Amino acid sequence: MSPPGIAPDVRVTRSRRSALWPVLGAVVVIAVLAYLPYVVYAGTTSLLVNFFILLIMASLWNLLAGYAGLVSVGQQAFIGLGSYFVLIVGLHGIDPFIGLPVAALGSGVVGLVVWWLLSRLRTGYFAIATWVIASICYLVVIRFASLGGGTGEPLPGLPSISNTLLNAYTYWVALAVAVIVLVSIYVVLRGRLGLVLTAVRDDETGARSIGARVSRAQLLVFVIAAVGCGAAGGLELISQPFVQPTAAFSVQWTAEMIFATLIGGIGTIEGPILGTIVFFALQQWLSSYGTWYLIVLGAVAMTVAIWAPRGLWGLIAERLHLRLFPVGYWVWPAERGAGSGSARLRLPRLRLRRGGAASRP
Amino acid sequence: MTWVNAIIQGVLLGGLYALFACGLSLLFGVMKVINLAHGDLAILAGYLAVGVIAVTHIPAVWSFIIVVPLFAVLGYLAQRTLIQASLSRGVLTTLLVTFGLSVVIENALQQFFSANSRTLGIGSLISDSLHIGSQVTIAYLDLVIFLVAVVVLLGLQYYLSSSRQGRLIRAVADDREAAQLAGADYRHIFGIAAAIAFATVALAGIAYGMYTSFTPDSGSTALLLLFAFEAVVIGGLGSLWGTLLGGILLGVVQQLGAQVSSNDQVLAGQLLFLLILLIRPQGITTSRRMA
Repeated sequence: MSPPGIAPDVRVTRSRRSALWPVLGAVVVIAVLAYLPYVVYAGTTSLLVNFFILLIMASLWNLLAGYAGLVSVGQQAFIGLGSYFVLIVGLHGIDPFIGLPVAALGSGVVGLVVWWLLSRLRTGYFAIATWVIASICYLVVIRFASLGGGTGEPLPGLPSISNTLLNAYTYWVALAVAVIVLVSIYVVLRGRLGLVLTAVRDDETGARSIGARVSRAQLLVFVIAAVGCGAAGGLELISQPFVQPTAAFSVQWTAEMIFATLIGGIGTIEGPILGTIVFFALQQWLSSYGTWYLIVLGAVAMTVAIWAPRGLWGLIAERLHLRLFPVGYWVWPAERGAGSGSARLRLPRLRLRRGGAASRP
Repeated sequence: MTWVNAIIQGVLLGGLYALFACGLSLLFGVMKVINLAHGDLAILAGYLAVGVIAVTHIPAVWSFIIVVPLFAVLGYLAQRTLIQASLSRGVLTTLLVTFGLSVVIENALQQFFSANSRTLGIGSLISDSLHIGSQVTIAYLDLVIFLVAVVVLLGLQYYLSSSRQGRLIRAVADDREAAQLAGADYRHIFGIAAAIAFATVALAGIAYGMYTSFTPDSGSTALLLLFAFEAVVIGGLGSLWGTLLGGILLGVVQQLGAQVSSNDQVLAGQLLFLLILLIRPQGITTSRRMA
């Protein structure tokens, strides 16, 4: 149970409080969300589909930039490709919903190739090179007249059911993809890979120096993000259902995911979720004032990045000592009268930060 | 002959790219900051010129007399506040903040100037051209922009290598702590470098506005940032000579691509950039470090 180097008679748990309540809460939230199409209008569910798409993108961008240290401004490459993979599937007369896994897989393969090209690049070089890749993807896609060229193409082959039912299906699928992505991120961060990633988040050079396989972790994260963004792009096309290449490959996607992540709190699982909610609330609130929501969100994101780098969730978590998705460890002091090895850990609630050196005396 | 013409046009276009690139190159060389708002700042300068012309009724060509100093001041202030604050947080923060800035500028321009395209009208200069033989025509405007780019880049190179302030900038870029021990105020030096960078961005933005029409989102849709960055990387970081060469090479390859099909102009340049990244990441010139 105990990680090596810790006296055997201390108790180590994942969180300070019981993990049961957050899990139960998440299940209730998902159940309520799943029931929504029966009680609300289609307008609300389509709005929520967009919410789930942004939630997926922001959570994955957080994994990239917040944990793996990869600031990509070219994630729109995979959004666009995801849309076009679904379009290709649809043009072949197959149900576009079946195209979603194809989009995820296809984008993942492209992500693998892109990583091979970019793996040596760091920080700003990496950022701009990802944007160049997105531009290349766009330029290649618009060469195909059969995919609508530069003007775009409607998605054929959606199941011929009533609009209400189709909306509900799209909503459930979007909800399912969002849940899968969030659960995957949670599982990844709790596992061995998460240990490496958290170490990279805190200090990349330090992580390399203690022998963490940083490059492999970054490769995995980049491909996971490509897979997820491919699925998100596919969802976007199904919910539209028309693909317009400049919109599909627009850098605005990346702006949205960055702003949502920064405002919510980069480097935590909860941050992008909170950030997406704030982003959507502001977008709806300011929707009648043109692009003001992007100006406001951009300014807030810049302010947060400089002066409150842990974001809204950081502020909340600090005050309430709250962690909905615990990925670290808590070390509890030994029971009274336990063995002598526990002497140096007889502090109340010493928190062992994974990847850190808190276990050393 | 059409190929010769394409190469000449490419060289001239490359001058514009190099002019765009030199501010980016300077900021990166001195502060290790990649300014993702670079392209949008150029477009902002273009709109500022539109505003200046509307208010003062001076000919468009002379708008730079007001816009460039304004941008230099803006650059100094931006460095002392926003960029310095994010710089002390780390390199990743500078990327996030400049990206945020780019989105804010783009959408603010959209709000205030609408999405209609603008151009900086410069009268007869735009249509007059030099004819060499029957195939090659060189627009005076393109030639002027190219010459301005050469003068700016070489002048800057001379300034950095020979003037006292230039030496200070290089010293701070090479080793900030050591320069500080020797009495240099690195924040002020950074501010001066940013002022110069912003001034060249303004010049590039005005040149671009004369060269073609622009919209608030030209910074991202016309890929100005990418072309500038590509010129820097192709030429090799740290050398303004290299940046000029890189810009020219990018322009020539783009124009040759355009000979194949108009869709391939940008693609050819992007592929050249990826190729250089793969086989020669230090750029085509491996000169001494400028900064």
